[in-house]
Amino acid sequence: MPEPGPRRGPAIRQGWRPPQAAAAGPARLRRIQLRIVPAVLLAARRAGLGGQGSARLIERHARVYRRTWGVLVSGVFEPLFYLLSIGVGLGRLVGTVPGPAGRPVGFASFVAPALLATSAMNGAVLDSTYNVFFRLKYAKLYDAALATPMRADEIALGEIGWALIRGGLYGCAFMAVMLAMGLVHSAWATAAIPVALLIGFAFAGAGMAATTFMTSWQHFEYIMLATMPMFLFSTTFYPLGVYPRAIQIVIECTPLYQGIVLLRGLTLGAVGPGLLASVAYLAVMGAAGLHLAGRRISRLLLR
Amino acid sequence: MADPDILIRARGLTKVFGGSVAVDGIDFELRRGEVFGFLGPNGAGKSSTMRMIGCVSPPSAGELTVLGLDPVRDGPAIRARLGVVPQEDTLDVELTVRENLLVYGRYFGLRRDVIAERTARLLDFVQLADRAGDQVEPLSGGMKRRLTIARSLISEPEILLLDEPTTGLDPQARHVVWDRLYRLKQGGVTLVLTTHYMDEAEQLCDRLVVMDRGRIVAQGTPRDLIAAYSSPEVLELRFPVGEQEQAAEKLADVPADRTEVLADRVLLYSADGEATLAEVRRRGLEPATTLVRRGTLEDVFLRLTGRRLED
Ligand SMILES: Nc1ncnc2c1ncn2[C@@H]1O[C@H](COP(=O)(O)OP(=O)(O)O)[C@@H](O)[C@H]1O
Ligand SMILES: [Mg+2]
Repeated sequence: MPEPGPRRGPAIRQGWRPPQAAAAGPARLRRIQLRIVPAVLLAARRAGLGGQGSARLIERHARVYRRTWGVLVSGVFEPLFYLLSIGVGLGRLVGTVPGPAGRPVGFASFVAPALLATSAMNGAVLDSTYNVFFRLKYAKLYDAALATPMRADEIALGEIGWALIRGGLYGCAFMAVMLAMGLVHSAWATAAIPVALLIGFAFAGAGMAATTFMTSWQHFEYIMLATMPMFLFSTTFYPLGVYPRAIQIVIECTPLYQGIVLLRGLTLGAVGPGLLASVAYLAVMGAAGLHLAGRRISRLLLR
Repeated sequence: MADPDILIRARGLTKVFGGSVAVDGIDFELRRGEVFGFLGPNGAGKSSTMRMIGCVSPPSAGELTVLGLDPVRDGPAIRARLGVVPQEDTLDVELTVRENLLVYGRYFGLRRDVIAERTARLLDFVQLADRAGDQVEPLSGGMKRRLTIARSLISEPEILLLDEPTTGLDPQARHVVWDRLYRLKQGGVTLVLTTHYMDEAEQLCDRLVVMDRGRIVAQGTPRDLIAAYSSPEVLELRFPVGEQEQAAEKLADVPADRTEVLADRVLLYSADGEATLAEVRRRGLEPATTLVRRGTLEDVFLRLTGRRLED
């Protein structure tokens, strides 16, 4: 009678290819990689990564937004308006600012990557908080989905995946404008979109996890309270050097600062191994958020 | 080891929320092809039981096997084979009627062409074909319920769980739902339903358990339960306001299996209601209204718990 149940394992196993670097690298590294990579894949599979349920939730959101694509497109404009008014307009008065390693850069070139990072943050936070809260508490979307073979961790991953797809679209549009305005100064900028997605992942994970603890719309004020100052003070509009050292340390700890450093380094061509620390910071933040969100959803709904 | 025709098996099944016991060690079995009911008033623990069967609520204690699998370990695998109509509708209000079936079918991993074919059939079945392209919100309560039923059938489940399928519907809408459920029953679908309507239980269920305060107080076919705990006929008497108490005293020696004095009427249980009514009249009592009816599950519940199903 029924269709065979969803199969998750084989799809992953077929899709997996041993990384080429492993074959080329030293034997010890290869052994470590061979041991680590399958373990990571196994853990990912257990955590529902690659779960088809996530894709089906994304499919559902895409269907809903197909009708209201105007809402989707409007998100492209906000960071562009900032770029034009502050980056370009204000930039006329400012001239240049000290960029990475103290090299002077045009103000618009300095601000643009920070606005890209901010828009990745805002998009991810919006999707993973307001929208998730509505679906969780009011629309009962997850209650419906949990009556099917879908699992709570697949729901969490699907929501974050959707936030990233949306964020990726905005990121691409913004990068296109940066290119057209001559604000991209390095081939490293090709990595800017994946990094914008990483920023989105970090904030979507954290935002969704936070949302599962919220009980009323008032609690969203706290999210504004976290994101708004980060936007204003995480070296979006001026370099870290203007702060006294104590404040610099606080700023350096914020995820948006880490994202801005990454994107600024890529688009201005100031790339060093130090950026990997920022990558690790954001990846851990997103993964921890995703994990917590999945557990919280199942705690809340599977009582 | 296991009988393949026993689809659900519960032993000492228990659900505790905080300190309060919602389901208190119940035993039951569901057999393939039957319509099985949980009849009980609000708060009896019916929904809690259904959610445990539906693998969206882990049992606090006891054993539960659904389709031979363990709901805690194999939740997704079991849910792939169940259809669920929850007590509160969880329709997707951002989608149309047809899209609700499509998206839900996709949650089950069904192919689009399979879903499209089934959707056409199911919307016909629940008489919503002409609303296929409409939004869900403006639909009436009965229509939403029927859509939820259609949605639960999209995966062609082996067991259909219905939690209070007609609660809150007007009588006409209830009859439409009953008619659809009756057809499913005729088609051999295995149904589990909960209800606090005795007529619903009596009409649809092959077998049922009567639940009260988390426990099963009786089980059997509707007919057996009525035979065991009620009588073939019931005489209902209403007296003018203020006169019922006196009348009840005089009724004490009327030959009947049992007498129940309710707030607004007196019930006399006997094999022959008309004969009992004649006895009442012989004692010079003249009730304001009289009614002779068959014994029902409501009488069974009253007998077992001293309370009424609906309050
Ligand atoms: N999620 C929950 N948390 C706490 N108590 C609950 C929860 N769900 C049900 N209960 C309690 O469990 C008891 C049984 O409820 P329920 O199973 O919904 O009964 P029914 O469906 O028969 O009306 C009630 O006292 C109810 O308040
Ligand atoms: Mg209930």
